[in-house]
Amino acid sequence: MKALSQKRRHPLAAVALLLLGLILTGGLYAAATAPTAKADTTTYTAADTEEGSKLFIANCATCHGMGAVGSPSGPSLVGVGAASVDFQVGTGRMPMENQGPQAEQKPAQFNEEQTKQLAAYVASLAPGPAVPAEEYTDGGGNAAEGGELFRVNCAMCHNAAAAGGALTRGKYAPALAGVSNEHIYEAMVTGPQNMPVFNDANITPEGKRDIITFLNTIENNGSPGGADLGALGPVSEGLFAWVAGLGVIIAFTIWLTSRTS
Amino acid sequence: MSTATESTYRPATKVGRVTDFVDQRVGGSPILREFGRKVFPDHWSFMFGEVALYTFVILLLTGTFLTFFFDPSMAETTYAGSYVPLKGVDMSVAYSSSLNISFDIRGGLFMRQVHHWSALLFVASVAVHMLRVFFTGAFRKPRELNWVVGGTLVILSLAAGFTGYSLPDDLLSGNGLRIIDGVVKSIPIVGSYISFFLFGGEFPGSAIIGRLYVLHILLIPAIILLMIAIHLFMVVVHKHTQYPGPGRNDGNVVGYPLGPVYAAKAGGFFFIVFGVVALMAAAFTINPIWNYGPYDPSPVSAGTQPDWYIGWVDGALRLMPGWLFGFPLEWHIPLPWGVNTLSLNVLLPALVPAGIVFTVLFAYPWIERWITKDDREHHVLDRPRNAPTRTAIGMAGFTFYCVMWAAASSDLVATHFHVSLNDVTYWLRALFFIGPVIAYAVTKRIALALQRKDREIALHGRETGRIVRLPHGEFIEVHAQVDDYKRYKLVGFESPEPLPEIVNSDGKVTQAEKLRARLSRVFFEDRVAPATPAELEASHAHGDHEIAESENLKEVAH
Repeated sequence: MKALSQKRRHPLAAVALLLLGLILTGGLYAAATAPTAKADTTTYTAADTEEGSKLFIANCATCHGMGAVGSPSGPSLVGVGAASVDFQVGTGRMPMENQGPQAEQKPAQFNEEQTKQLAAYVASLAPGPAVPAEEYTDGGGNAAEGGELFRVNCAMCHNAAAAGGALTRGKYAPALAGVSNEHIYEAMVTGPQNMPVFNDANITPEGKRDIITFLNTIENNGSPGGADLGALGPVSEGLFAWVAGLGVIIAFTIWLTSRTS
Repeated sequence: MSTATESTYRPATKVGRVTDFVDQRVGGSPILREFGRKVFPDHWSFMFGEVALYTFVILLLTGTFLTFFFDPSMAETTYAGSYVPLKGVDMSVAYSSSLNISFDIRGGLFMRQVHHWSALLFVASVAVHMLRVFFTGAFRKPRELNWVVGGTLVILSLAAGFTGYSLPDDLLSGNGLRIIDGVVKSIPIVGSYISFFLFGGEFPGSAIIGRLYVLHILLIPAIILLMIAIHLFMVVVHKHTQYPGPGRNDGNVVGYPLGPVYAAKAGGFFFIVFGVVALMAAAFTINPIWNYGPYDPSPVSAGTQPDWYIGWVDGALRLMPGWLFGFPLEWHIPLPWGVNTLSLNVLLPALVPAGIVFTVLFAYPWIERWITKDDREHHVLDRPRNAPTRTAIGMAGFTFYCVMWAAASSDLVATHFHVSLNDVTYWLRALFFIGPVIAYAVTKRIALALQRKDREIALHGRETGRIVRLPHGEFIEVHAQVDDYKRYKLVGFESPEPLPEIVNSDGKVTQAEKLRARLSRVFFEDRVAPATPAELEASHAHGDHEIAESENLKEVAH
C-alpha cells in the first residue's frame, strides 16, 4: 500500500489508471453482454459439424451460399448461431417453400438429429446465440410478470391473447399457441423473419422464462368464458353476434309469423 | 249512474273481485280495451324493434346486477383474485372489480357475457330495424318525427355501448379511450381543453371511468327509456304500417289485435330472445378482459378494435392517409397566441363520414318529401323494388358504411385471407369512393329488373316449366296465370312520373325548383309502370296464350 501511494506521482500513473479503468469497464461490458454464451450447454462433436456441413451444402447453400456467406437470394448465416437454426429448421420455416413476404411454418423437413447437425455447422462458423438451456424453457417462472412483459413487448404484434396479428405487406406475427418453449425462447433471442431481437439486456433470461410461463398458462387455462371465437377480439364477436345471434333470432321471427300471411 | 254500476255488477270469482276493485279506482279497463284491440300486421321484418326493446330490457336487468359488484374507481390496487396470470399485478380498482365479477362472483361472468352479447344484439337489431323502416318507406308522412326519434335512439345506443365498453379499464378499452382522446384533441384550438376537461387532466387521468360510469348507468339509459316511450307512443298514434296486399290500404290496418294473440306472442318472443342471448353467453366468450391485462398507456395489442357498432369510425381513421400526394395533412398554424396544430388526418375521418351519414339519415324524409312533393299519408309500405331510387340511395349509404366497417377489421382480413394489409387498405380506400356509386347503379338496375319481372308475371303468368310441342313443330313453355291475391302484390303499387318544374305564385321558376325538378327526374325517370287493368285484360285475352288460357279455364271449371 505504501509502495502504491509513493508511486502515485509517477509520470506513468495516469496512464496506468486509464488502462485500469478501461480494462474494468470493458471487462464488465463483456461480462454483461455475453450471457448468451453461458446458455450454451449443448455440445457438438466434430462429426456433427461434418454431417451438418454436408446437409447444408445439399439443402441450404443454393440460397445461403457456400460457407453460409449469403447470396442475393438469402442472407449470410455467419454468426446467427445454433438457436436460429434450431428455430428456423425445427419449425419447418427453413428450407423455405417459396419466396414470399415471410417464411411459413410447415412440417419440419429435417429430424432432430439432422437439425442438431445443421445447428452445429452454423454455430461452428462464428459464435452466436446457442440453443437455450433447459432451465429457461421449463415454464416454471412467474406467469403474472411474464404477462406484463408480454403485453409491453410482444402484444402489439402477437395480440394480447397471443392470437397473432397482421404486419405490413403480407407479413404477419403468428399465433403462439402450440409453439414449443424452446422455439419461443429462440425466437426471442434470434428475432426470426420480421421479429426484433430481444437480447438478454432487453429481456433477461428469467424474463423470457416468465413470458414462456405466461404463454403456457394461458394456453393450458383454456377459455373461462366458453368458446373463445379465435381470441381475435371484437371483430369475431361482432361477426358472431350478427350471423349466429341475429340469424337465430330472425329464424324465430319467421317461425312466429309463419302461420299468417 | 256510478252507484248503479257498482250495485248491479258483482264479480263471481275472487280474481274478478280484485280486478273490479282495482278497476273502479284506477279505471284501467278502457285503456286495456283500447290497447287490447289495437291491430298489428304480421310480418317477420316488423319484429326487429321488438328485439331491440327486449335486448334493452335484458341490458337493464343484467346491468343492475353488474352495478352491485362493479367499482368505477381508478385508484391503484394489486390484484389478489383467483386468476393466476394476473396475480400480484398492479391495476385500477375498476379493472380489479371487473375481474372479480368474472372469476370470484357466482354467476358474474355469465351475467357480464349476457350483458355484452345483449348490447351487441341491441345495436344490431336497432340497425336492422332502421334499415327495414328506410327500405320500405315507413318514414314517410306521418312518421317523419318518429324516424328522427329512431335516429336519436341509434346515436344513444352507440353512446351507451361505447361508455360501457370503456368501463372495465382493461388494455382494450383503454386503447379505445385513447383514440377518443386523440379525436377530441384534433378539434382545432379547443381540442386540448375539451380533452383535459373530459379526462380531468392529461389522459388517462383518474376521473374518466367514474364519469363514463355515471353516463352509462344513469343519463344514457334514462334518455333511451324516454325516447323509447316517445317512439312507442307515436307508433300507437300513427298505427303500424303494413305491406301491400289485397284489402290493405292507407285507411286500414289488416292484422291481429294485440290481445290475446299478440300479447302472448310478444311475451313469448321476449323469452326466446332472452334464451338465445343466454345460450350465447353460456357457450361463447365475449370480451375476455383477463386476456388484455390492465390499462397502461404504453402497450397496444394487435387486433385492437372497438365493438362492431363503433367499427365504422375506427375504420375511417384507419383508411385516412397521413400524407396526400406529398402534402402532409397535419399542419402547424402560427396564430397570435402561439402555434396550433390542425390534424386533418384525424379530424376529417373521425367527424366527416359520421357527419354525412347522420345528416342524410335525419334529413332524408324531408329530402324525399321535397323532391316528390308527396304530402299524402302513407300507411302501406313500398316493396323496396317499387322505389328503385330510394332503394339505390339506401344501398349506396349502406355500402359507404360497410366499407368503413370492413376497414376496422383490415388487419384480420389480411391475416385470415393471406393478403397484404397495405393492399386491403388501398382497395378499401378506392371502394370508399367508388363503392357507393357502384352500389347505387347496381341496386337501381336490379330493382328495375325485378319490377319488369313482376310486370311480366302479372301479364303473362309464371313459367310452369312444362314444354309443349305444337302441331306445327314449335315448342312453347306453358305459362300459368298467378292467382288474384298474388297478382295484387305485383300490380298494386305506385310508380310516380317525374314532376316537372312548377311555377310559383309570382309566375317564376326558382333555382331551387329547377334543382327539385332535376332530382325528380333522377328519381323517377327510369320507371316500370305497374300493369294496368286494361293491359291485363288485353294480355289475358291474347291469342298467343291459348294453351295457358285453356289450362286456366280448366282450373276454373274444376
